[in-house]
Amino acid sequence: MFLLNFAEKLGDNFLYYVNQAGRMGIFLLLVIYNILKPPYYKITNITRQIYSIGSLSIFVIIFTGAFTGMVLGLQGYNTLSKFSSEGMLGSAVALSLIRELGPVLTALMVTGRAGSAICAEIGIMRNSEQIDALECMAIDPHKYVVAPKFIATILSMPLLTSIFNVVGILGGYVVGVGMMGLNEGTYFYSMYKDVEFADVHMGFIKSLCFGLLVVWICSAKGYFVHMERRGGFGAEGVSRATTSAVVLSSVAVLVFDYIITSLML
Amino acid sequence: MEPIIQMIDVFKTFGKQQVLKGVNLSLYEGRTTVIVGESGQGKSSILKHILGLVKPDKGKILVYGKDINKISRKELKDIRANFGVLFQNSALFDSMTVFDNVALPLRERTNKTEEEIKKIVNEKLEMMDIHDSNEKYPAQLSGGMRKRVGLARALVLNPKIVFFDEPTTGLDVALSNEMYRVFFRTQTALKYTALIVSHDVPKIFKLADYVALMHNGIIQDSLPPEDFQTSENPVIREFVEKTMGRIYESEKVEG
Repeated sequence: MFLLNFAEKLGDNFLYYVNQAGRMGIFLLLVIYNILKPPYYKITNITRQIYSIGSLSIFVIIFTGAFTGMVLGLQGYNTLSKFSSEGMLGSAVALSLIRELGPVLTALMVTGRAGSAICAEIGIMRNSEQIDALECMAIDPHKYVVAPKFIATILSMPLLTSIFNVVGILGGYVVGVGMMGLNEGTYFYSMYKDVEFADVHMGFIKSLCFGLLVVWICSAKGYFVHMERRGGFGAEGVSRATTSAVVLSSVAVLVFDYIITSLML
Repeated sequence: MEPIIQMIDVFKTFGKQQVLKGVNLSLYEGRTTVIVGESGQGKSSILKHILGLVKPDKGKILVYGKDINKISRKELKDIRANFGVLFQNSALFDSMTVFDNVALPLRERTNKTEEEIKKIVNEKLEMMDIHDSNEKYPAQLSGGMRKRVGLARALVLNPKIVFFDEPTTGLDVALSNEMYRVFFRTQTALKYTALIVSHDVPKIFKLADYVALMHNGIIQDSLPPEDFQTSENPVIREFVEKTMGRIYESEKVEG
């Protein structure tokens, strides 16, 4: 009896997750189709989303970027000094940020700040029948509600990552040069010497992919909040979907970071 | 007369609960059909099936002769272009003003200029007696006003078929009477086909050409209001006695 129940639960879970994956896959295809299909967007729709997803995230990105760079500068200087290689600090900080930490931490910050807001907004629209109302007005919610958020996030993510990288490099400079007394020219020359276009390219590709992942997962979780297994209705349902969207996006960013790195190295 | 909407043997189960157990219903052009029944009987599910928001497990839903579950998204969108819907909680967009809410279908679905849109929106808001609330947000409106804004938005493209999901729920007697007057006024002016889901019995009978009782997962019968009230169908008779009796008793107590 126990085994039978276990098998039933296992099968039930399997079907649920396959269903959810299929639903999210179709959702992504529909959004991409709607992005490419005319009529195109009023520029104000996109700029409003860029403001809310991109511009409003700048402060948190600068803040985290600065401290990440400073920690890298501190840890890097202490480690490198053991091998008398302090001169490599600039390139160590820059490469760590541009290839890995910049795209990943920016994606995690955007997930926490904007991704959760996207999921909650769409979830509330679903629960208060606003999505249904759009469909009944023959206005495709994929195009009207979701697509502008996709475009804005995919455009904002590389820009935010660049800001994160630049601020992080300056944070490393403040610690390495300002506090530890490393030569300013050495810091920047090692960076200039070792950072190649391929590194920037990898960081750029990662930030684009992470932008897509974050907005896809967060939008889909909000859009299908009514299909959540433990009931997606009411404030509690939206809160549960938002938590799950943030967790899933964060995990997906880390998993895809490994996959993209292994493909591009 | 040929029906413009037909539900044929529609079944639907949500989780472990079978809500629709073979629903058959026909709507006729220019006529008002009211679906009545107790709470939780699946009245709103019928509406969602006809709107194409929920797919049935079994059965057909024909709108203008087309099975809406067997057509493409594009064709469904074209069919929905004939619909106007007033949702139970109005489903207004909280971040938009009353004007923008009503203007939305015009901006997204037509190529009208802002000047033309302004004229049409003001005309509809005038029809609903809420023309002085243009710049307000839904959160600043009373329940009755939200319903009227929702109706203005539903009617802004002059749809052929309008669906009302519990149009008077949450409104007091005066406001629900006002809502019925607005319905009567707009239907006379725009001559749309209406499907109303309501439990406001017997008041709603005054608006209906046909009354359908939803009970136990099926439509028991769809009859003109006079015939409905004198029907020999035991389920309908029980429903009429129950609802009318309740009103009679409450009047007696108040009296």
